[in-house]
Amino acid sequence: MGAYILRRLLLAIPIMLGVALVCFMLVQIAPGDPLVSVLPPDASQELRAQMITAYGFDQPLPAQFMKWLWHAVQGDLGTSIATSRPVFSEVMTAAINSLRLAFLATLIGFFFGCLFGFVAGYFQDTWLDRLASVFSVFGVSVPHYWLGMLLVIVFSTQLYLLPATGGGPVGASGWAWDWAHVQFMILPAITLSVIPTGIIARTVRALVAETLAQEFIVGLRAKGLGESGIFRHVVKNAAPTALAVMGLQLGYLMGGSILVETVFAWPGTGLLLNSAIFQRDLPLLQGTIWVLALFFVVLNLLVDILQTLLDPRIKRA
Amino acid sequence: MCSAFLGFTGRMKTSFALTATIALFSGAVAADTTLRIGMTAGDIPLTFGQPDQGYEGNRFTGIPIYDALIEWDLSQGEKPAALMPGLATRWAVSPDDRTKWTFTLREGVKFHDGTSVNADAIVWNVQKVLDKNARQYAPAQVGNTVSRMPTLRSAEKIDDHTVVLTTSEPDAFLPYNLTNLFIVSPTAWQNDFDAVPASVTDAAERSKQAWSNFASHAVGSGPFKVEKLVPRQQLTLARNPDYWNPSRVPKIDHVVLLPLPEANARTAALLSGQVDWIEAPAPDAIDQIKSRGFKLYANAQPHLWPWQFSFVEGSPWLNKDVRHAANLCLNRAELKEYLGGYMEEATGTYEQGSPWRGNPEFKISYDPDQARALMTRAGYSEATPVKVKVQTSASGSGQMQPLPMNEYIQQSLKQCYFDVELDVTEWNTLFTNWRLGAKDPAANGANAINVSAAVMDPYFGMVRFASSKAFPPVSNNWGYFSDPKMDALITKARNAFDPNEMDAAAAQLHAALVDAAPFLWVAHDVGPRAMSPRIKGVVQPQSWFIDLATMSME
Repeated sequence: MGAYILRRLLLAIPIMLGVALVCFMLVQIAPGDPLVSVLPPDASQELRAQMITAYGFDQPLPAQFMKWLWHAVQGDLGTSIATSRPVFSEVMTAAINSLRLAFLATLIGFFFGCLFGFVAGYFQDTWLDRLASVFSVFGVSVPHYWLGMLLVIVFSTQLYLLPATGGGPVGASGWAWDWAHVQFMILPAITLSVIPTGIIARTVRALVAETLAQEFIVGLRAKGLGESGIFRHVVKNAAPTALAVMGLQLGYLMGGSILVETVFAWPGTGLLLNSAIFQRDLPLLQGTIWVLALFFVVLNLLVDILQTLLDPRIKRA
Repeated sequence: MCSAFLGFTGRMKTSFALTATIALFSGAVAADTTLRIGMTAGDIPLTFGQPDQGYEGNRFTGIPIYDALIEWDLSQGEKPAALMPGLATRWAVSPDDRTKWTFTLREGVKFHDGTSVNADAIVWNVQKVLDKNARQYAPAQVGNTVSRMPTLRSAEKIDDHTVVLTTSEPDAFLPYNLTNLFIVSPTAWQNDFDAVPASVTDAAERSKQAWSNFASHAVGSGPFKVEKLVPRQQLTLARNPDYWNPSRVPKIDHVVLLPLPEANARTAALLSGQVDWIEAPAPDAIDQIKSRGFKLYANAQPHLWPWQFSFVEGSPWLNKDVRHAANLCLNRAELKEYLGGYMEEATGTYEQGSPWRGNPEFKISYDPDQARALMTRAGYSEATPVKVKVQTSASGSGQMQPLPMNEYIQQSLKQCYFDVELDVTEWNTLFTNWRLGAKDPAANGANAINVSAAVMDPYFGMVRFASSKAFPPVSNNWGYFSDPKMDALITKARNAFDPNEMDAAAAQLHAALVDAAPFLWVAHDVGPRAMSPRIKGVVQPQSWFIDLATMSME
């Protein structure tokens, strides 16, 4: 197992360098002025040229990239042009907020996805299957920013039950797991969870149906094993794949849904990316994308290890 | 849900009863009032003295926290906001050398840290954006400052309460420019500088880190103090009971600023009671907002939404008849109706009531017959319309609703033999193109550009568009408009150091500008904002800014 982890870690290095290069180039070729956040629209071209030099954007691109990479591998992702704050702290604060939200959304998605999937798989071609399928198709196809707005209209502006936007109560400076803070997560987490719910439900349904049709299940039933025992076997067979899908979904959600986080003004990576894109804050944009890619690689690694632990047949070392 | 709601209601009742009991027994102790504002900005505007996020930054983290030498009088909304003394009680240009201005400072003004606002502090603050050798030089603040004070060069202390500012050329507009220079406490910054770890040896890096730290507990001398900054989430300001101006000692205890860039999210936050005030509510929700008892405020802003014409060879706008025809062919009243009433019809850069309006001979109104007659004289007809191409954006700060508005203009001008092509580009790209000018390939063949602009003072409203010295890359005369008469009037206005004389010169300049018509004047924004009826004493001035200090809350 140790050798496997080491091999995967070593493989991650060229991936991260590749991602760094790609995101640097993508950010550079995007249209717009990198100094838009520190120069007002009416600034002259002369002043702009002066600022371009001050921020080092007049250097050749390879030189800019190597300088950025050299600092990045030492944990220094530079300074945001717009806020003058270190990019690393900006990204980590947002990533933790997104992780919190993504974790809750994935849990909701995993719970309801498995529930709908198992129900649909067990009761194939019945009305229960069709109902569960309707829920999962709804989850996959509904535009979640629209759902978010709908939830806000119902639960915030009509019923006054939950806050409409924000990442915490007025006056709070950090996160706490109390109702005053958690209530801000509920609507965005439900909104974000509909996609994993749909995807996990469809995956689990297929897995359950496939497992139930296998000969060993027929054999177990013939031997007189009860339905709860059969259920345990089905769960064990479906778990690794469901877990892999859940891990991937967590990764996608970690990237932050720009739309959902913007609709709810949730201070996560999605909102940060949105802000960085609109302000053409290149160091912040590069740093955020790179850190998110790093999260994704680590998450995939963790899921692979968990899968191996859950299903000894998967030997990868 | 029902039980949750009942629980919620029950808790509300308990809370209300508790509050009432405390109020009953506490006698004269008044409840702490907190005003929560949803801004359009995507982040808290920078707090270290020179805000970003355009004028919304000045509005919420400039004027409340800081003072400037000269400030905007925001106490009325009937006429355009004028200048008033701030940290300086008097200012005058030297009669012998009109590049030197003497400012007499107000005595007894203290920063929030208790140190005095004196001549040293003013010089220090000018150096932070102009003197590259100064320890406190802050490149991140230069862009937003220098472009708004294009002629300021240096500051010199004469005595504790007198400073002399020097400009690169005689410039009567300097007092307006100085409203953008917010004065921070040098002592507070020095404490942050000293606290930077000794391991950071590079002076520029130490300065940068000091500014970054200073932002979280910024110290100015304004009516509000910075209490707590949570980056990207909220900024809490607390009232400064010791503010030097008795009429602006805040009545509200705390102000919390929340960045809510999405219009629907902002509106939902207001409707759900999460905030008390939002900037620029979603236009579709105006009726709902009103029906819930919220108040809507709007007033003309020094803002212009124009088409700026090109005077490059081959441009159809070189013909004055064509320029006048376009201005006469646009039905602004219908456009205003189309925008739900949230615009002011532009018949120039400055309207009636402004001291800079003047008396233009060319009266802009909706007169399609006259417009067609001018177009016929210029050689155009329905069969042979003039082809014009306008570069614009799909969105952007101050652009209001650029696509529907431009499409309306496109249709409106068609009746006067204009064949309008819209070249839509991304907002920041449009800015870049604006700076490059109409001769640059970035213009993409356009002979007009639609970039909205702040027109706070004669320089920003007229000079930068009309002076032959303001051709790209110097400033924003995108279309290379040049008129010796206009240049002479600009020189006259720049040298009119008596305020009345300056108003008269600016009015003359504006009248000449309207007659020459280098723009299609379309609209002025009215800056709509929605507020809870609990907020009292709201004055919506004819300005980009608003004074939080004079408001109260029930």
